[in-house]
Amino acid sequence: MSQTGTDRVKRGMAEMQKGGVIMDVVNAEQAKIAEEAGAVAVMALERVPADIRAAGGVARMADPSITEEVMNAVSIPVMAKARIGHITEARVLEAMGVDYIDESEVLTPADEIYHIKKDEYTVPFVCGCRNIGEAARRIREGASMLRTKGEPGTGNIVEAVRHMRQINAEIRQLQNLSEDEVMVFARDHAAPFDLLMEIREEGRLPVVNFAAGGIATPADAALMMELGADGVFVGSGIFKSKNPAKFARAIVEATTHYDDYKLIGELSKDLGTAMKGMEMSTLTGDQRMQERSE
Amino acid sequence: MTTIGVLGLQGAFREHVRSVEATGAKGVVVKKKEQLDEIDGLIIPGGESTTMRRLIDKYDFLEPIRQFGKSGKPIFGTCAGLILLASEIDGSYDVHLGVMDIKVRRNAFGRQRDSFEASLNIEGVADDFNAVFIRAPYVEDVGEDAKVLARYDGHIVAAQQGHYLACSFHPELTDDHRITAHFVKMVEESKKSLAL
Repeated sequence: MSQTGTDRVKRGMAEMQKGGVIMDVVNAEQAKIAEEAGAVAVMALERVPADIRAAGGVARMADPSITEEVMNAVSIPVMAKARIGHITEARVLEAMGVDYIDESEVLTPADEIYHIKKDEYTVPFVCGCRNIGEAARRIREGASMLRTKGEPGTGNIVEAVRHMRQINAEIRQLQNLSEDEVMVFARDHAAPFDLLMEIREEGRLPVVNFAAGGIATPADAALMMELGADGVFVGSGIFKSKNPAKFARAIVEATTHYDDYKLIGELSKDLGTAMKGMEMSTLTGDQRMQERSE
Repeated sequence: MTTIGVLGLQGAFREHVRSVEATGAKGVVVKKKEQLDEIDGLIIPGGESTTMRRLIDKYDFLEPIRQFGKSGKPIFGTCAGLILLASEIDGSYDVHLGVMDIKVRRNAFGRQRDSFEASLNIEGVADDFNAVFIRAPYVEDVGEDAKVLARYDGHIVAAQQGHYLACSFHPELTDDHRITAHFVKMVEESKKSLAL
């Protein structure tokens, strides 16, 4: 007797990714560079977030031929993005055999109110979050892995830092509440009460939480690990840099040895120019991808 | 006190430490090769084998781990760890540590959607063991000195060769510590015989 698609199998898959770097790639060649550099998984996309920003218009699930090309090129797991609430895109990705689906605010949402009911799928999902309420709602919908939203495609770490600190601060707050205070916390954060009780007991989320959205340098990746991330997603940073292979290797090592500052100094030498980056105040409301879902 | 190191370059190493401590031994995360001198046995955890290999090379772990094994100290590889121990992978002899005489197929059960949980009988270790397989490899064949401990669907998923132990599944993801306890016992016995 065996069972597929159990919580343990779906969450366990993310556990195996811990301490690692998941890289955005748009073709087989980039996927191979990522694998060679030591990425634990790749995210197959049609465009990296910085280019999605530049292109404007509606961003959708990638052309399946790109995703397939990447799946055939590497033996590490391949993730792919579906639009928020786009049940069919997610089912298509599952049918293709993608290893993890990112229900992602980087793409234009298909549903501005509801997320996908992810616990009905055999394939595991990762979702973005900015606070404990979003984290808890996504987990209860069936997400097996979380990531901070940050602000994708900006090369600016400030939002990822804000979200990681926010979530961790709220977990500590929750731990300090007496049991009879948790219901009001649940109300204020619009989070399921029983899940909050579980988080309060364990002192951590029941799934792995990576950092994403603005990581542009090895030091950025190390900072997010320092702040308690289980691993990092690097989107536009790597293949928008001058020497992607070297950059990718440096990010992987900085993530493993995030508290070895001498090493990070060495890794950061002569990497060429990192992506240019954007200041948050230059983004208007609808350019802030993190606000596309709650 | 018996100290078990868990190679902590990438993957589920903290869970292994917790499992080791549940058996009563001391668990430490090993990030630098010098730490190998301070431990009695080593666990190579699950994670991404290609990523781990890159980091093993980068930090010169390959030869020191081989020497650790040759000195008679036990090594336990789970999932990616099993791949790292094998002497043949996917029909190629381009191997990692290559200390165990087993032929391994990577991602042998398929992609993530094919990942599963199943109950196993592990010979001499545990009956009805809840095993979690995640994009798991299996062993296609074992050498003369290696002993098959468990099969699933006809495929070898756990094996032991002297002081080397390997399994395709993830004992660290459940609260069933019986195979970890088996390894700790192997380490305690080797410690006694190495002390003679």
